[in-house]
Amino acid sequence: MTDTTHGHASSTGISNVKLGMWAFLGSECLLFGGLISTYMLYRGRVSGGPRPSQIFDIPFTSVSSFVLLMSSLTMVLAVSAAHKDDDRKTNLWLTVTALLGATFVGGQVYEFTAFYKEGLGFSTSLFGSSFYTLTGFHGVHVTVGIIMLMSLVGILKRSSVPGKKAEVVEMIGLYWHFVDIVWIIIFTLVYLIPV
Amino acid sequence: MTTNTAETKQEHGMSDAGYIRIAIILAAITALEVSTYYVDFGVLFLPALLIMMVIKFVMVVSYFMHLKFDNKIFSFLFYAGLILAIGVYAAFLATFKFFIQ
Repeated sequence: MTDTTHGHASSTGISNVKLGMWAFLGSECLLFGGLISTYMLYRGRVSGGPRPSQIFDIPFTSVSSFVLLMSSLTMVLAVSAAHKDDDRKTNLWLTVTALLGATFVGGQVYEFTAFYKEGLGFSTSLFGSSFYTLTGFHGVHVTVGIIMLMSLVGILKRSSVPGKKAEVVEMIGLYWHFVDIVWIIIFTLVYLIPV
Repeated sequence: MTTNTAETKQEHGMSDAGYIRIAIILAAITALEVSTYYVDFGVLFLPALLIMMVIKFVMVVSYFMHLKFDNKIFSFLFYAGLILAIGVYAAFLATFKFFIQ
């Protein structure tokens, strides 16, 4: 039993919850891998619709990317506070992370609206379909993360977290960081590399 | 107190100041990435962007997700999924002659 600090340890001494979360994140790589490669294949197929270079607003997306990156910092600070049993700081950093995530999703909604007004609908072209599917799936993941963060804040305030509190915060943290690393790839491959 | 701090660092990877330093490095790399959109890097453009992307990815996974400090089986689970995804989709893209376009 080498890892007794985490609840529900398996016979290997490793937390089953953490093992399950890493296996889930490994499988998510395959999901986003499929979406990213489909986008890479179709990004030049504009069918008379707007081209990526005509509609992408790099300064705006860069700020959004920075906001999401900083939410990873606030998330890791929440995990650190949870391990120190500092409930006040844990709640504070979780709330800040959720707010930064909401800012990112708000930016994505604004971006989608602007692109639609510029003539890029979901079925306008293969580029449009693959772009909205990829970034939309990512946005849904961020939104699910925000819901989990806010639920966790509510649960922590009532002190009714099942299992070890720090481990629950850490698992949601792993999910949140995964969403961040997926965006690191999307930002480079989709926005910064021209067609 | 010193022992507690040392234990906290050992158990969870880094101190808060360490995480902030990592975040500053990540922000600086992001700024460099964005600069490639405005400054002509010539033939270095694509390799530089991809290398910066990989550095950011590995830093978040290693330090923020604690994979560097955790049990190696977690690294195996995650990187197995990642490498499988890269292999499968690189082959998928190759069948569509993506890399020779």
